[in-house]
Amino acid sequence: MELYELTVHELQEKLQRKEITSLDITESYLKRIEEKEPEVEAFITKPEKREDDSTSIPIGIKDNICTRDIKTTCASRMLETFIPPYNATVIEKLSKEGIKVFGKLNMDEFAMGGSTEYSYFKKTKNPWNLSKVPGGSSGGSAAAVAADMVPWALGSDTGGSIRQPASFCGVVGLKPTYGLVSRYGLVAFASSLDQIGPITKDVTDCAILLNAIAGYDEMDSTSAKREKIDYTKAIDKNINGMKIGIPKEYLGDGINEEVKQAILNVAKKYEKMGAKVEECELSIAEYSLATYYIIACAEASSNLGRFDGIRYGYRSENFTNLKELYKNSRSEGFGEEVKRRIILGTYVLSSGYYDAYYKKAQKVRTLVKKQFEKLFEKYDILLTPTAPTTAFGIGEKSNNPLEMYLADLCTVSINIAGLPAMSIPCGIDSNELPIGAQLIGKGFNEETILKAGYALEQELKFRQNYKPQFKK
Amino acid sequence: MSDYEVVIGLEVHAELSTKTKIFCSCPTEFGGEPNTHCCPVCMALPGALPVLNEKVVEYAIKAGLAMNCKIARKSKNDRKNYFYPDLPKSYQISQFDMPLCNKGEVKIETENGTKTVGITRIHIEEDAGKLNHDEFGGGSLVDLNRAGVPLIEIVSEPDMRSAEEAEIYLRKIKSILEYIEVSDCKMQEGSLRADVNVSIRKKGETKYGTRTEMKNMNSFRSIVRAIEYEAKRQINILERGEKVEQETLRWDDVSGKTFSMRDKEDAQDYRYFPEPDLALIELSDEYIETVRKTLPEMPESRKARYIKDFGLPEYDANILTSSKYLSDFFEEAEKICKNAKAASNWLMSDIMGILNEKEMEESEIPFKAEQLGELIKLIDKGTISTAIAKKVLIEMFEKPQSPNEIIQQKGWIQISDEGAIKEVVKKVLEANPQSIIDYKAGKDRALGFLVGQAMKETKGKANPQMLNKMFLEELV
Repeated sequence: MELYELTVHELQEKLQRKEITSLDITESYLKRIEEKEPEVEAFITKPEKREDDSTSIPIGIKDNICTRDIKTTCASRMLETFIPPYNATVIEKLSKEGIKVFGKLNMDEFAMGGSTEYSYFKKTKNPWNLSKVPGGSSGGSAAAVAADMVPWALGSDTGGSIRQPASFCGVVGLKPTYGLVSRYGLVAFASSLDQIGPITKDVTDCAILLNAIAGYDEMDSTSAKREKIDYTKAIDKNINGMKIGIPKEYLGDGINEEVKQAILNVAKKYEKMGAKVEECELSIAEYSLATYYIIACAEASSNLGRFDGIRYGYRSENFTNLKELYKNSRSEGFGEEVKRRIILGTYVLSSGYYDAYYKKAQKVRTLVKKQFEKLFEKYDILLTPTAPTTAFGIGEKSNNPLEMYLADLCTVSINIAGLPAMSIPCGIDSNELPIGAQLIGKGFNEETILKAGYALEQELKFRQNYKPQFKK
Repeated sequence: MSDYEVVIGLEVHAELSTKTKIFCSCPTEFGGEPNTHCCPVCMALPGALPVLNEKVVEYAIKAGLAMNCKIARKSKNDRKNYFYPDLPKSYQISQFDMPLCNKGEVKIETENGTKTVGITRIHIEEDAGKLNHDEFGGGSLVDLNRAGVPLIEIVSEPDMRSAEEAEIYLRKIKSILEYIEVSDCKMQEGSLRADVNVSIRKKGETKYGTRTEMKNMNSFRSIVRAIEYEAKRQINILERGEKVEQETLRWDDVSGKTFSMRDKEDAQDYRYFPEPDLALIELSDEYIETVRKTLPEMPESRKARYIKDFGLPEYDANILTSSKYLSDFFEEAEKICKNAKAASNWLMSDIMGILNEKEMEESEIPFKAEQLGELIKLIDKGTISTAIAKKVLIEMFEKPQSPNEIIQQKGWIQISDEGAIKEVVKKVLEANPQSIIDYKAGKDRALGFLVGQAMKETKGKANPQMLNKMFLEELV
């Protein structure tokens, strides 16, 4: 067995037993990258070989997380040459744990998209089937983990950008509770929704990585001051008596039949393990998508204003006055989808439309939070599909933004409510593409999700049974 | 013309004198090489986030309390979106609908007595950077040292009815901010500036006319001139039967005119929305009380004390307390010389006179208050005469020396030796027999003439009281 096939906790055991060194790990991964990257195209900046200290573990980083002296492009022409002079807080935290940046991974431009097709640089392929998308926006991160090109990775999730690609690529992806992980150094898409989170081969690695990145940061005013939790302690099979709700709205229209069956199968497994599973209602769900796109685009339109061609980033050569400098730099520097969302966001914040859109969306947001709170009075976790379908074909939806937005159907309400949720592989469809189950927890209760996820993982043995085939 | 009245409201921007910026730990210090007081946050690098400086909230609350505002227990930051090269994030973090302070008032002294000007609100926000025109390249260079320096914006009600009232109000705001030490209010450095709103209406009318706004005014003189010009311009428009356009104007000091700043179709929509990177500002009653306790003695109270304890006339007390600098200066001088009346007189006449002549600000007085105290002490002890003291004062403005050093160096110590003075008196009497005759004939002025002659003889150094006394003795 090659080292690149192991999980991080397996690698750590080998390191501790001094069977291997950190150099062995990076060499194994570099070899794998050389082999698979031409097919998968997950990296924007490939890792370089370097002499490391003997215990460090490499990690792939989504290219919207600032890394000092390493290009951070957000997969945009706008930041094609941008090299941050500082590290995101998560990078500093990882480095303290001996986890070192190992390449920067592809994504939809500024994290806007669900297929990684909106990258300015390249289209990443799904390792299970190279004609399919890896999902997005953290498609590079999920594909790289699935293809064993990195042992684990960080992604970011604004409306499903960790969970949906994790689902498409058959890996584990966790969006932590809003405020659990510092956003300092994450290039903002929608500030009130963005969270950084782990994409890993299994649930144990997910807990280890969450341990490393979680915690209060004085540089991020929205980060929460809470007692430190050891998430690896949550890893435990015993879920006897756990109460699980399945919101029926996420098993209805628009959800693929095979996906639905896979989720119902998960429910059966949980019952078998001693959990109480029942259907429940989340009636506000149907308004989530609209609410999400209004809030996310509004914040994005403001957040992306700083890319103006003045201080850094792309500047058009074609201008004769200030207005043209702005207009042409932004027109040429941003891709279609980013421009679409900036225009949408600008519109919903404009005077005369603010009340009808942005303000109303904020009201719905409060309702979404309340409905979830209500459900969590009754249930420990909620179970839904992560995405309505399995991975779709490259080019299939890239020209139909509305279709693409529907891929976020099951994930956006969690960001709106600020809750934690994990996608965990739970089977494959008839095309041998992975299906993801989404486990949603109470705010700051990642432990219960990890526990339920681990139990399911032990029951299904997905990793042992299925491997990406790099089908052409 | 007199059928109309002008209605003025001011939005005063004051930079707060916190050590660090509002959302990062860069220094707020004025000047410095361009772009040296900057970090990822105030340069708006991708991924950087703001963290609110608590001192800014404290200073703004101080200002609010000093202006009798209600302090909001909950307030929020908002983004004001617009593109300009001096605004690195392309939005300014400000406060829109939930400002920190609401509904206050200040009292101003006008020709027609005391008047109350309402304060609509005070909110916190960040300053923008600066554009420097590049003399060589023909372009503009951005300096972000000022970006993120904390500001408060003090919005008045449209309560002022003349340019003079607007000036008095602004001076009052400046004085309050200086008293509570939250801003250095240096107008020439732009740390205090005002947007001036002007409208016109017929006297007796209760509705306001359409207003125009003149932005970023930073001298009292231009504000007064601009208001007077703008009022006339608007009256002329109304007299012609036309309508005043609501617009933003630029005051040009050289031509003495206002100009339209923007195209009408280019009306700004700032797309305000709550700043998602910052939490609500929530304040407890206890905290606000703690801040209230740090407020220093305010001008009204000082004024009352000067009248009561020092016996100063109200007029003098008013002027002395008009600025904290002047008031502190006076109190320190008084501590040394224990002669409040003299300290007040010296400040109000001689020192102010020299300042006016040299076009200097009070804060630019080149010597310390203690030195004024010493000067007065020297007079009171009889070491120098008042006439000499005036010459010493001029010297004190020239170079930094103590009054003692100056009189030693110049040899201006008063002659108080009885023998020496007697000799001078005799000499003068001998030389002016006619004056003796005049005096004895009842012409009191002759005595003054003789004293003057003796002063001339001693180059002003003779003790005038002793001279007077001895002449009288001799003449009897």
